[in-house]
Amino acid sequence: MTDPRDVIARRAALELAHGEVVNLGIGIPNRIPAFLAPDVDVVLHTENGLLGIGPRPAAGVEDPDLIDAGKQPVTLLPGAAAFDSAASFAMIRGGHVDAVVLGALQVSERGDIANWQVPGGKALGVGGAMDLVTGARRVIVTMTATTPEGAPKLVAECTLPLTARAAVSCVITEHAVFRVEAAGLALVELLDGATEDVVAAETGARYRLALA
Amino acid sequence: MAATRTTAAEAIREVPDGATVMVGGFGLVGAPLTLIDALVHESAARDLTIISNNIGEPGRGLGLLLRQGRIRKAIASFFTSNPEAVEAAMAGAIAYELLPQGTLAEAIRAGGAGIRGFYTPVGAGTELAGGREERVIDGVPCVLMAPLRADVALVRAEWADALGNLRYRLSAQNFNPAMASAAALTIAEAVEVLPVGGLEPESVHTPHLHVDRLVDATLAIGDVHGDGA
Repeated sequence: MTDPRDVIARRAALELAHGEVVNLGIGIPNRIPAFLAPDVDVVLHTENGLLGIGPRPAAGVEDPDLIDAGKQPVTLLPGAAAFDSAASFAMIRGGHVDAVVLGALQVSERGDIANWQVPGGKALGVGGAMDLVTGARRVIVTMTATTPEGAPKLVAECTLPLTARAAVSCVITEHAVFRVEAAGLALVELLDGATEDVVAAETGARYRLALA
Repeated sequence: MAATRTTAAEAIREVPDGATVMVGGFGLVGAPLTLIDALVHESAARDLTIISNNIGEPGRGLGLLLRQGRIRKAIASFFTSNPEAVEAAMAGAIAYELLPQGTLAEAIRAGGAGIRGFYTPVGAGTELAGGREERVIDGVPCVLMAPLRADVALVRAEWADALGNLRYRLSAQNFNPAMASAAALTIAEAVEVLPVGGLEPESVHTPHLHVDRLVDATLAIGDVHGDGA
């Protein structure tokens, strides 16, 4: 059986077009580069101040001054640029980043997103999440359909602290692709052999059927 | 005026009790490790307000200052990299303000640039709006942010010249240039200090007018051992 995270990453890769500037969050989005078609090169931006990052370095040749926003070592491709945090977030807020792909704890049927805090959790960090989902031209959420406890993550209303309102363009789970439209949520594709019933059972939001 | 060449121990004694101190770095990358070490070991300044993206890691960087109980308040975007800082904030042992990372960076930039406030859509309609004035501009809800300034900024560059012109390396740049511009007293550490003229003018990231004290960086990330967290 394919790892559900790879099902999601493989489908998310299809959302990205050649030449686009893309910011990938940690977790599932980091698997996307492996699934990009050979004729699709995207330019990866990381909010701590790099544009044009390449693959992870081999062990032993990491440059301590070269990390991504997940604080993991990266390499640079020819033509890469380095800049400071204020400039990097100006790119993000200014709408110069074509797409951000990131995980979420909850997404509402209007495209509200909660992905930075679980109440009572031990996390106290928002990092660049709010800036990215507010500023990127497209916000693609990659997440499993349910929590480990089986609760739907696609919900009528987010109950967790919001990251941004009406920010999400697209949600990809291991079973489905949804688009957030002006009128609400649309189920546009089933993945990995999932049926409409499976998706209905694991979705807590209203949506219209728009399968091709 | 040109920056004064001095030692980290000398420079850090200029941080008074109750000071607001900006500290560069994203995690420990680009963090002024030599100056943080001096602040921990050569200074007794208390009741500090720290503005930094993270509050170090357990027992590393600013994490040591936290353990000394010398931080009164912290303003950051990601406390989570130091669970001890999260605990201190949750327990009320330190006051804290959590800001979106881009808002933090822009508030510091604005502080250095004389901007008295800016409206940003980031955080509008969320709990991080924190009761700030909200206003709809061109149909977009925005939050009014005040600038951030500090009494002292501690920054790290890879290269400096003897005047205090600074050049950063790769992703070690992060918050350092904005912070260098936003404090009454900016103390920079540099890995390599070149003679005047040693930096091409167009390669300077932080012009020397922002830099008051210049010290040699003697610590690298590999030298800063914590609890392995």
